[in-house]
Amino acid sequence: MAIGIDLVPSVQLSRVAESEKHGENSPYFAGWKAYDEDPYHEVENPSGVIQMGLAENQVSFDLLEDYLEKHPEASIWGKGALGFREKALFQDYHGLLSFRKAMTSFMEQIRGGRAKFDSERIVLTAGATAANELLTFILANPGDALLVPTPYYPGFDRDLRWRTGVRIVPIICNSSNNFQITPQVLEAAYENAESLNLRVRGVLITNPSNPLGATIQRQVLEEILDFVARKNIHLVSDEIYSGSAFSSSEFVSVAEVLESRPDRHHRYRDRVHIVYSLSKDLGLPGFRVGTIYSYNDKVVATARRMSSFTLISSQTQHLLACMLSDTEFTSRYIETNRARLKKRYGIIVEGLEKAGIECLGGNAGLFCWMNLSPLLENLDREGELELWKTLVYELKLNISPGSSCHCSEPGWFRVCFANMSEHTLEVALARIQKYVEQRMNAVII
Amino acid sequence: MRLIVPLQGVVQGRGGLLMGSLIPCTLFYFLQLYLKRHRSPKPPSAPLSPYPSPSPNLSELPRSASRSNLSSRGSISPARISNRVSSIARPNSSLYYVGLDRSLEDPYDRLDNPEGIIQLGLSENTLCLDLIDEWMSENLNSSLSEGDGDEFGLARLATYQPFDGLMELKVAMAGFMSQIVGDRVSFDPSQMVITSGATPAVEMLCFCLADQGNAFLVPTPYYPGFDRDMIWRTGVELIPVHCRSTDNFTPSITALDQAFNQAKKRGIRVRGILICNPSNPVGNILLRETLYSLLDFAREKNIHIISDEIYAGSIHGNEEFVSMAEILGEEDTDKERVHIVYGLSKDLSVSGFRVGCIYSFNENILAASKRLARFCSVSSLTQRLLVSLLSDSRFITRYLETNRRRIREVYDMFVGGLRQLGVKWAEGSAGFYCWVDMSGLIRSYSEKGELELFDKLLNVAKINMTPGSACHCIEPGWFRCCFATLTPEDIPIVMERIRRIADG
Repeated sequence: MAIGIDLVPSVQLSRVAESEKHGENSPYFAGWKAYDEDPYHEVENPSGVIQMGLAENQVSFDLLEDYLEKHPEASIWGKGALGFREKALFQDYHGLLSFRKAMTSFMEQIRGGRAKFDSERIVLTAGATAANELLTFILANPGDALLVPTPYYPGFDRDLRWRTGVRIVPIICNSSNNFQITPQVLEAAYENAESLNLRVRGVLITNPSNPLGATIQRQVLEEILDFVARKNIHLVSDEIYSGSAFSSSEFVSVAEVLESRPDRHHRYRDRVHIVYSLSKDLGLPGFRVGTIYSYNDKVVATARRMSSFTLISSQTQHLLACMLSDTEFTSRYIETNRARLKKRYGIIVEGLEKAGIECLGGNAGLFCWMNLSPLLENLDREGELELWKTLVYELKLNISPGSSCHCSEPGWFRVCFANMSEHTLEVALARIQKYVEQRMNAVII
Repeated sequence: MRLIVPLQGVVQGRGGLLMGSLIPCTLFYFLQLYLKRHRSPKPPSAPLSPYPSPSPNLSELPRSASRSNLSSRGSISPARISNRVSSIARPNSSLYYVGLDRSLEDPYDRLDNPEGIIQLGLSENTLCLDLIDEWMSENLNSSLSEGDGDEFGLARLATYQPFDGLMELKVAMAGFMSQIVGDRVSFDPSQMVITSGATPAVEMLCFCLADQGNAFLVPTPYYPGFDRDMIWRTGVELIPVHCRSTDNFTPSITALDQAFNQAKKRGIRVRGILICNPSNPVGNILLRETLYSLLDFAREKNIHIISDEIYAGSIHGNEEFVSMAEILGEEDTDKERVHIVYGLSKDLSVSGFRVGCIYSFNENILAASKRLARFCSVSSLTQRLLVSLLSDSRFITRYLETNRRRIREVYDMFVGGLRQLGVKWAEGSAGFYCWVDMSGLIRSYSEKGELELFDKLLNVAKINMTPGSACHCIEPGWFRCCFATLTPEDIPIVMERIRRIADG
């Protein structure tokens, strides 16, 4: 007699659901796991794993707290508070006008007033993650490709590809010129895509770059614009770290380049789209605030409609509208934040230098791009992974290996410095210094 | 001034030659006629809302330019855009959106614009906002930065959170959902993924349950937004399964079976059924037996069921709502195929806060959804607020009771008015709307007749109600009338305006 085994096929899921494109099965997750299981705490667990793989900005948090304390109207709705009813029901995908205006004002301040933004072109999304995915849905069909310079933020593999079905073709940059994007590597990437029979829809750059921690030079931006115009494709500039450049003048936004070349404006305009978010510069990733700024009317209209899948809560819009329209506060914040990040960067670079470790010259972001290739047993990917395991399990530092960022050269690592106290940073540096010392002594012996 | 999301959806996927081509063509023809006739400039006297212009597509481009620019794919700029965009960038063609757009241009206000268009096309409930407002002012008296001593200060909220929602909110939502069904189900927070509204929840399930080109069976009439939300980016198809007034628009297994087989013949793979229970736009509640039959059908065809239960807490009638969760036994292997969508936009009226969820019994779906939630997470600030609100069980109990009572009151008044007009409506016990049979007022019993009546109602009587064709209803003359934003004074005005065109 047949045993009651369930012979009916279990109900199936889609390819998207079963895909590995979420990236969470990659070996790098072991680093996160190690941290979760044994998180460092200054007092309670000083020998735990220090999280240096998360690009989060906690250095200017006190400024926000201070602001909120002084401005309770931003975060609470007392009786008769303006427009609670409207806020409760407000799900217009245009977003609160006051918030859009506040965002454009903030973005302009970050660029030192060198670019002007129109609040009618701001599309709000729940985070830059959603913004990047949304733009990809709009600019490319499944099977098409985006060119992305390496090394790049590992999350792009998921955000740009998973549900969209779009491919990423790397623009391979290398250390000989500090990983800068050149017309040659752009062309090479395009040809590579063509040889794979992929239709290229655009280039996506991160400026300032993650993981390099460096801004893209004006000259390079102009070359990229020329390239996309020549190939008749789009340019997405993820400027999520724009407010984290150590000095305002060093960051050049693609918006500035557009405005400074009105003669060429019409060639470039409809191709340029900027992504921004408050997760890094303001250190508010929990609030889920992102934006697409596009010079292309159709993209704005479409993105706005599609943003219905990823709207920002009206309550959050209201709070941030209050905060960001206080231009005295924001200019002070931006300045202070830059200075503090610069100082942190100084500390980490100096500390690494003491250990004989070189970093890429950086001028922005929440991390530094360090070169550990001298420490690799074998100058290849396996060697890098070996070293990485040592760093995670022995030094108890979770840092990101370059291979997770698709870096073409082994030995580079991204280390975040803004998500911890200065003391913790010193502890981390001490561990690195000690390790390098041990390695040197081992060699001598 | 409330604004809605006037998103447009290209009405698609009707399946079959008649439905697929003839009727849409006829409709489109009359739509063009309609649009031509009503292409008038915005009335200068209409009070401007504090928010930006109501018609997104019309504001971005000058009207005269809009047709030529949008009619050809990607012709505005040399750099091409995806295929998806061309359908989305077209002017709003569904009458659902046409009506909403039009009423935003000339919104009724008792004092400032008494001749304006009365909005009956938006399923919103403002009847109990005062209660929530009161709760907020009494409970939110501490600033964020103070932290309340409950670990909910800015420091905790500002940082990266689990993308699928704070566990505290899941617990609170699960408790709320359980309360709504009279604790006949105990919802488990670990089976929940929180999303920024129910809209992304439905889309996410489509991404997870179906591949591009697959289809979902959707009993009609259905919420027009599904035509946009489920199709736009996913590439799936919706196959309408027609329900009849004789069954009070309850889905029939025979019809589902037919639709399934027809799809199969066309080479289309059906991956699931989407039901909305309580139903939008009809407002009826599915019987327990119907739920069992649907489950049997899904098992037989080895497909999924998505049950959108967003109106579960807005029951005004005497019937008891039965959730899909309730009919699944502990050991039921069919649990894997059932996925519930819920949200706070309707039952708590906080659509602006963007809080929805997927509730599933399928581990793989939960795992995928948790990861996908990064694209549609809820602000931690709002999550914190709602944890406090939902955890106040005394308030919630009072709210649910008062809400039910107030909806009932307005519903009774509304149908009382209809009764006096001699107009019939479908039996309904939930939602903010009444599914009204206006076929007595249409000249020819056809979609054309319905469109003409819609036009008259919108532009002569100045009432926006959603015509059944926008909901894919197969019987002409049905209209969805939302009443939960009306005051008692508004109702006689609405009825009078209907009477005027009925007589005229």
